[in-house]
Amino acid sequence: MVLNQFLLLAAALFCIGVYGVLARRNGVMVLMSVELILNAVNINLVAFAAFTNSIAGEVFALFVIAIAAAEVGVGLAIVLLIYRNRKSIDLTEVDLLKG
Amino acid sequence: MNLLALSLPAVLAQSDSGDLLVAQNIAFGIIAATMLFSAWRVVSTNNIVHAALYLVIALAGVAAIFILLGAEFVGVTQILVYIGAVVVLFLFGIMLTRARLGDVESVDHENRLIAALTAVLLAVVMSYALIDSFGDTRIDIETPSTTQAVSDSIFSDYIIPFEAVSLLLLAALIGAIVVARREDGS
Repeated sequence: MVLNQFLLLAAALFCIGVYGVLARRNGVMVLMSVELILNAVNINLVAFAAFTNSIAGEVFALFVIAIAAAEVGVGLAIVLLIYRNRKSIDLTEVDLLKG
Repeated sequence: MNLLALSLPAVLAQSDSGDLLVAQNIAFGIIAATMLFSAWRVVSTNNIVHAALYLVIALAGVAAIFILLGAEFVGVTQILVYIGAVVVLFLFGIMLTRARLGDVESVDHENRLIAALTAVLLAVVMSYALIDSFGDTRIDIETPSTTQAVSDSIFSDYIIPFEAVSLLLLAALIGAIVVARREDGS
């Protein structure tokens, strides 16, 4: 197998995730797109681990999975709080810090 | 038991390694096409529950890629943590925020053309950089990495990051409870 086929797949997944983060208005859907981005990074880490025959990339992929789980927990709590305060999770309406 | 032995490439492992490579590439093509389609549906569908279910397919595809790369422990962890826990958390989030279903105006930004432009530009730049720097560098996986090797590495070289991550996970979960708790008790 060619190394680049994994890296290009990860790049495509990353770009789809970036599009989702920028184009979505729903808070939960933005968090889903962030998950796509994190998974693209994980594919890169594991592909380089297989390429260099070292285990470190896989260990860091496991760390990224743990951090992603924590991120979803806190992110969904924040979205829930926004919903409770404003009765909507439309991110374009959350502009209190806008000058 | 070796998970790679169950996967599609190894079924044909009795024949010579050329056939194995072809089988691996076919498996990769199928997985990649499924993943990209479902990832695209995650960011394009108007139904938020469908987006979460397409996310399951995309994450399972990532796990399949991990197993194809011989990282079986990471693949299994991916299935356990993402499909088992994170997607359920998302479905709870959707349920608790009672998002309006099938409502086009409520899910997409008005400036999604600029978002698409950004993503395409990023894809072009990244693809150029990757093809330029790696070309057709080959990757050969003789043996899948065992769980023993991964755990040896975590509990010797990376023991301090491991403890830091466990502490961070605890802090994040307590933080999530504190943030999501109602002010008037319970």
